[in-house]
Amino acid sequence: MIELQHIEKRFGENVILKDICLVIPEGTVTALVGPSGGGKSTLLRCINLLEIPTAGTIRIGDETATFQPGKKPAWQEIQKIRRQTGMVFQNFQLFPHQTAIGNVMEGLTTVLRWPADKARARAVELLTKVGMAHKMDAWPSTLSGGQQQRVAIARALAPSPRVLLCDEPTSALDPELAAEVVDVLGKLAKEGTTMVMATHDLRLASKIANNVVFLEAGNIVETGSSRNIFGAPAQERTKQFISTLNAGHSYDI
Amino acid sequence: MQLMWESLGTLLWAGLVFTIPLTLITFVLGLLLGLVTAVTRLFGPPPLVAVARFYVWVIRGTPLLVQLFVIFYGLPSLGILLDAFPAAVIGFTLSVGAYTSEIIRAVISSVPKGQWEAAYSIGMNWRQAMSRTILPQAARVAVPPLSNTFISLVKDTSLAAAITVPELFQAAQRIVATTYEPLILYIEAAIIYLVLSTFLSTLQGYLERHFSRSGGTLEAQA
Repeated sequence: MIELQHIEKRFGENVILKDICLVIPEGTVTALVGPSGGGKSTLLRCINLLEIPTAGTIRIGDETATFQPGKKPAWQEIQKIRRQTGMVFQNFQLFPHQTAIGNVMEGLTTVLRWPADKARARAVELLTKVGMAHKMDAWPSTLSGGQQQRVAIARALAPSPRVLLCDEPTSALDPELAAEVVDVLGKLAKEGTTMVMATHDLRLASKIANNVVFLEAGNIVETGSSRNIFGAPAQERTKQFISTLNAGHSYDI
Repeated sequence: MQLMWESLGTLLWAGLVFTIPLTLITFVLGLLLGLVTAVTRLFGPPPLVAVARFYVWVIRGTPLLVQLFVIFYGLPSLGILLDAFPAAVIGFTLSVGAYTSEIIRAVISSVPKGQWEAAYSIGMNWRQAMSRTILPQAARVAVPPLSNTFISLVKDTSLAAAITVPELFQAAQRIVATTYEPLILYIEAAIIYLVLSTFLSTLQGYLERHFSRSGGTLEAQA
């Protein structure tokens, strides 16, 4: 279970997140939606501490970290939370000087100090899962965006994190390439991978997410099952936002 | 022509025993100093950043020849007596360190912030991210400007002649003093420097091709 209690994030005078409380059960997929600048990405990055919350408590599994204004958390404190997470970025951020399999093995050999052959076996298994085993010796620059993102997903999953965080995983991709990534994430969801994703991609959110959190101006406007939020949102503001996502398309939700 | 052949051995020997070792030793030491200085300026605590900036400011702002004279002829007044070769090594290392620190600082900064985040997100600490993710990418961008420094250094070692290091140029000067044939001898010395620089340029081309074969460019990530 992931539990966020009273998470607040400020950059100077700017309040990005206000008193966010959220519980994410193990084995579920949660989509963070909302307008740009609403705090989706920041909230996601607070979960793996790429951004340090100004205040609040984060619990992932058995690990807890509490933050207070003006107090810098110890590195060990950050690591024990971060080790519970894997992250997929909008722009993939594969290591360009390493092959696909090298990218997936990196965390295992460098951080977890696995022997190379054990790491390689794990990497092959994950690359097979994301349908990239045939390209394992390819350099990232020779792969399509969708392929790069699938390798990035394998890299994030390699150390078996408790939760996979996805920051706009399909927004740098054309619809066809995005579909490959949605398929892979859908497969992971079926296998019970806990995921939290910030996304504008309605197909991604509606197809995969169990729960949806609508964030605006650093506040949670509404939370609910994806069926309810996309089908029958309670708040007028949510309804308005969802209708803009729907505009011009008809999705089977 | 006769003289050229006769002196060639002496000049090549001076190059082999002094110019090339001086270049290699000071480039390696200077590169290490440059790396430490660059990392200090980017990530160090404010007092150390100030020290690093001061060092770069002084070395870049004063002539290398003057620096060599201060070290070799000036320091003995303070009781610090150095042989010519170590004095040259210190002078050139300080110079290479200052210039390469600016290059290294720039190429480290050129690696996108997302690469740091990707490294941290798989659990790396700062040192692992730096050595495994950032520096390997920075290194390939650094090949052309660092090659520039290296080739300049080969030629600049001729300044060591002024502090009595018997390197290639000084060897030429000495033969001139007995034969009175400056044109032939100095052109001969110039040709040897040219051959060395050309060899290094070829090496640079090879390194660049090697890097572009493996992994492509940073832009491919964006």
